[in-house]
Amino acid sequence: MKRLFGWIIFAVLALPAAAQQVPVSSYMLDNGMQVVVIEDHRAPVVTHMVWYKIGAADEEPGKSGLAHFLEHLMFKGTAAVPDATFSAIIEENGGDDNAFTTQDYTAYYQRIAVDRLPLMMEMEADRMRGLILDDAAMLTERDVVLEERALRTESDPGSLFSEQRSAALYLNHPYGIPTIGWRHEVEALTLQDALDFYHLYYAPNNAILVVAGDVQPEQVLALAQQYYGPVAPSEGITKRVRPQEPPQTAERRMVYHDERVATPYMIRAYLAPNRQSGDQAQAAALILLADVLGGGGITSLLGSRLQLDEDIALASGAFYGGLSYDPTSFGVYVVPKPGVTLEQAEARLDATLDYLLQNGVDPERLARSKAALLADEIYAMDDQMGLARRYGAALVSGLTVEDVQDWPAALQAVTEADITAAAQALFDERSSVTGYLMGAKEAAE
Amino acid sequence: MKRFLTLIALIITAAAPLRAANEIQVVTSPGGITAWLVEEQSIPMVSMQFYFKGGGSLDPADKQGATNLMMGLLEEGATGITATEFAERSDELGARFSFDAGRDSTSVTASMLTANLDQSIALLRLALIEPTFDQVAFDRVQGQVFSILRSDATDPSAIASDRFQELAYPGHPYARNPDGTLETVAALTPDDMRVAFARALTKDRLIIGVVGAISAQELAPLLDDLLGDLPDTSVGEVPDTQVALSGGVEVIPFDTPQSVALFGHAGLSRDDPDYLTAYVLNHIMGGRATTARLTVEVRKKRGLTYGISTFLLPFQHAAVYMGHLNSGNDTMAEAIEIIQAEWAKMAEHGVTQQELDQAKRYLTGAYALRFSGNAAIAGILTGLQVADLGVDYISTRNDLVNAVTLDDINRVAARLYQPENLQFVVVGQPVGLVE
Repeated sequence: MKRLFGWIIFAVLALPAAAQQVPVSSYMLDNGMQVVVIEDHRAPVVTHMVWYKIGAADEEPGKSGLAHFLEHLMFKGTAAVPDATFSAIIEENGGDDNAFTTQDYTAYYQRIAVDRLPLMMEMEADRMRGLILDDAAMLTERDVVLEERALRTESDPGSLFSEQRSAALYLNHPYGIPTIGWRHEVEALTLQDALDFYHLYYAPNNAILVVAGDVQPEQVLALAQQYYGPVAPSEGITKRVRPQEPPQTAERRMVYHDERVATPYMIRAYLAPNRQSGDQAQAAALILLADVLGGGGITSLLGSRLQLDEDIALASGAFYGGLSYDPTSFGVYVVPKPGVTLEQAEARLDATLDYLLQNGVDPERLARSKAALLADEIYAMDDQMGLARRYGAALVSGLTVEDVQDWPAALQAVTEADITAAAQALFDERSSVTGYLMGAKEAAE
Repeated sequence: MKRFLTLIALIITAAAPLRAANEIQVVTSPGGITAWLVEEQSIPMVSMQFYFKGGGSLDPADKQGATNLMMGLLEEGATGITATEFAERSDELGARFSFDAGRDSTSVTASMLTANLDQSIALLRLALIEPTFDQVAFDRVQGQVFSILRSDATDPSAIASDRFQELAYPGHPYARNPDGTLETVAALTPDDMRVAFARALTKDRLIIGVVGAISAQELAPLLDDLLGDLPDTSVGEVPDTQVALSGGVEVIPFDTPQSVALFGHAGLSRDDPDYLTAYVLNHIMGGRATTARLTVEVRKKRGLTYGISTFLLPFQHAAVYMGHLNSGNDTMAEAIEIIQAEWAKMAEHGVTQQELDQAKRYLTGAYALRFSGNAAIAGILTGLQVADLGVDYISTRNDLVNAVTLDDINRVAARLYQPENLQFVVVGQPVGLVE
């Protein structure tokens, strides 16, 4: 058999630079609302999103789940669009709509034919300040949210464990509190809680409009001025300052037993820096560290050692997002094969981390990671909603349009030395939580 | 408020035109392999989907799970290339491949950069034509399948699904989980993989959709390079059957705070003349719209669930109509009563003209949203061929939806909805549910 694969180590991605950037325009309305337009002229459809710079980490103590609960209530009606008909009107127009909440933001979106964009703006601007709520709607929706918590968290031992680990990782920062809220606090949320949060934070000077699709930037700006321009800003918006972490000096370890667990695993999170506006180099190094260490299955350092050479793991990996308003986390995990204990898996994980710190990264592996990231940029252009989310999520996390556009280059600029330095700063057990997820206690012993 | 209502009245007419509708090319290679192509030059990438009729239902009972494991092994080593080298090479080329097995089909999807297309195709060819199924890779992937099967055994949704299939299709391959069982997967060997491979990936089972920066002239020879060495045919047929569901509620006790329910009865096959009408009906009953009857009754009015939906599953050999919800253990009984009542109401009274008009506006407008990218459109192109819908279907589909009349849809409602046969499978600790 002819060796097809020996001769190319690094594929050459002969892509014109221009092909890798989609056209993006940014404006600021007089009332403080940022407007971002992403052009995608392949089909006459549009993605319309409004992002509020308010998330679960901005809730008062004791009110966990409020940002997400309000997201649900935003569909309950205004004077102009009463009786929870918001989504019905979108559907009447052949569109889909939804919303999502994270620690750092709350976002609402519609995907629809481009000639309906004015209607979307009219309705979204209307509910930015005009929400009307009553107790009956609030109480029913609170039950829905509790069902959502039961579905997403309580029915899944992995999610329950994740909630406990986050609570341990953040000693002081509200990222330790789940976005969906602790059950006992969600059960106690009131109509007034939701209205107070809404009136304070839902305003054009705390929001970003992202429109992606078959549109011209000036046309979107004119529509935004017409529909969002008249909306009054809130006077209560200040720079977000959340309680920050003190020096972390004690490694944390936890074990969670649940009889629903059939496949035990060990997982560790380290506190990690997030992408900073104008300075994304360290976050870029951590992205590539995660990929070289634990991305791409068996081609990663963890995969090749633990799944192939040592043959002790069913799966392994490392993960880091980097996009958040405040410092975030970097995770590593090992799912051992039956017969291998979690302690053994952890020991082999630690040996792999030591190996990386001693030997640095394989330059060929780094080059392959970068090639795959370049390809991701091409594929990202095929996903209109994904592009809109990429810009929206970055902007509400304190980054700029320029930061988003610089990010692919920041990733390509990462060197082997950058990764080693990032790993040395990161892997400090004092700022980590190591968790074991196991089956029922009797069975485990 | 009036302003909004005027605007709405103006725009209930045309849905977005779809470029893909007018531009499907049927490409046949010199070697006789046919693909549907939509040429889209604006991004330097190509998406392909390869769909092979057959799937896990072709596994003999004692080899249950063979096709699934085989598909998981296609990227794990081929002639002259190890699993690691295959993955590394994919990264170098920026190519993404995925390999899947279902009840009725196996499928391969590929997204490739135009700049590296020939090399990406050469790599994919190795996986599709010359996989080696070596023992080391086999053992490793088999271990991963065991892990999935063990997790399924304590997952309420998976438990409900397995039981629902057993009740719906007794004695038929559809009753079996295509992933296999711990026993059948443990008994499989690399030789079984070779048998499953020879059966699954053949030219007579193959359907292809391609979208991206490639012309018909460029695509045709690539099809032969990639697939020309596949066998022409293989033996293996799954018999047609009937859905055996005949009503009732079965509870499988499981310690969880929230119950899971699956419900359903016989559905309509994709080639049934009433299928599209049933599709509109399902949208009104339990589709994704917030105005769907079940969403309004179970979620919006009463807060009994985060999500409830129903869907037509037109499997090749016996179509089923199915629904799904999660609800607290103390509220599941109430939710089931509501569903049963809605089923009976629909069978007896059908829908209103207003509901039908509303559904048409959503379905015709939202059709364009499905064509959201190259990969999505490649999937649609194979789906149209699987359903034998013709190359002009996309441009006529909204007319077909608009042509559904109230008499039509209510005739089909009486046919589709069978309250007496509506079977529930509930996994959890529901309170007050009597079988």
